[in-house]
Amino acid sequence: MAGLKNLRKRRRVQIIVAAFVALALATGLIGYAMKDGINFFRSPSEVVAAPPPEGEVFRIGGLVEPGSLVRGEGTQIRFSVTDGGASVPVTYDGILPDLFGEGEGVVAQGRLVNGTVQAFEILAKHDETYMPREVIDALKEQGVYVAPDAGDGGS
Amino acid sequence: MSIWEYANPKKFMATTAPAVPWLFALGIGAIVVALVWGFFFTPADYRQGATVKIIYLHVPSAMLAINAWLMMLVASLIWLVRRHHVSALAAKAAAPVGITMTLIALMTGAIWGQPMWGTWWVWDPRLTSFLILFLFYLGYVALWSAIEDPDTAADLTSILCIVGSVFAVLSRYAVNFWTQGLHQGASLSLDAKENVADVFYQPLLLAIAGFILLFLALVLLRTRTEIRWRRVRALDLRARRD
Repeated sequence: MAGLKNLRKRRRVQIIVAAFVALALATGLIGYAMKDGINFFRSPSEVVAAPPPEGEVFRIGGLVEPGSLVRGEGTQIRFSVTDGGASVPVTYDGILPDLFGEGEGVVAQGRLVNGTVQAFEILAKHDETYMPREVIDALKEQGVYVAPDAGDGGS
Repeated sequence: MSIWEYANPKKFMATTAPAVPWLFALGIGAIVVALVWGFFFTPADYRQGATVKIIYLHVPSAMLAINAWLMMLVASLIWLVRRHHVSALAAKAAAPVGITMTLIALMTGAIWGQPMWGTWWVWDPRLTSFLILFLFYLGYVALWSAIEDPDTAADLTSILCIVGSVFAVLSRYAVNFWTQGLHQGASLSLDAKENVADVFYQPLLLAIAGFILLFLALVLLRTRTEIRWRRVRALDLRARRD
């Protein structure tokens, strides 16, 4: 009687292990197949290598290239998004999130027109660094401040 | 002496009875101290300003939302393999607590996202899998109450729990699999260098400890209620038979 009970228990464990293997495989395959769909944005390198057709709405993400930010009339701005490899110009007219700035991570949604992304939505990408303002100010005063590696926007 | 002795309802009740009030007191105490410390006695972040303070609610609740599901997974597996009722009831008891944690994390995340990212919600891999986890929680609770027979309910919800654990794991690790998302990577990790300055880190750790203690207290209390319910039902059935 005890033997049968143990056998049942062993069968249950085997079925559970098999279920986990199947589940992990299925998740892995779906995730791999839909990699591009699940990724939230494209990097500038990807956009340069395979430009999306005109009219297609897509998101481009990376860092705002330092020195590329130009403010126009009103709320118009233009800047370049870079991932270290390639750089794509972006234009936008609207309200910007708090974290937006040169060297910061950004995700812009819009269409590619003549090699420029005409964005209608700008999101800021925050990295996982948290520092008190006073510490940064003090570091800047001493001239030893090194900007933390600003996110993984380009990787 | 084996750990499985605690799967005996009598032993479980006797062991947890003195622990519950202590867990409640310690958990609530730690959360109150951590939140007062975090909200009023920490400086503003260099880029986020005062919005950074939401970390003391968002990070602990999101961690527990995911880990509560993993705890339910372990309890469900113990039920499926060893058929201990206390284990199945502990999984059942943890689900509403997990739902609450998930809701807190979703709402604080939206409140943080609006000024920082510029949007309440995005269909980023991490956010999406976390929302699916929330729906799994709701389905899990619904399935428990939809099935009359408690053993069948425990079996089927255990299977639902196994499937849902995919999204619990994904919402933890989605940022590693799909790097091109909007949500930042892990701020706290055991191996990498620390990204969070100590002034924020210490109250955050205390808040996490408080949330864990409060979670344990709530789950134990709810499990005890479930065990008593089960006893009442058994007595009721016996009374009707006689």
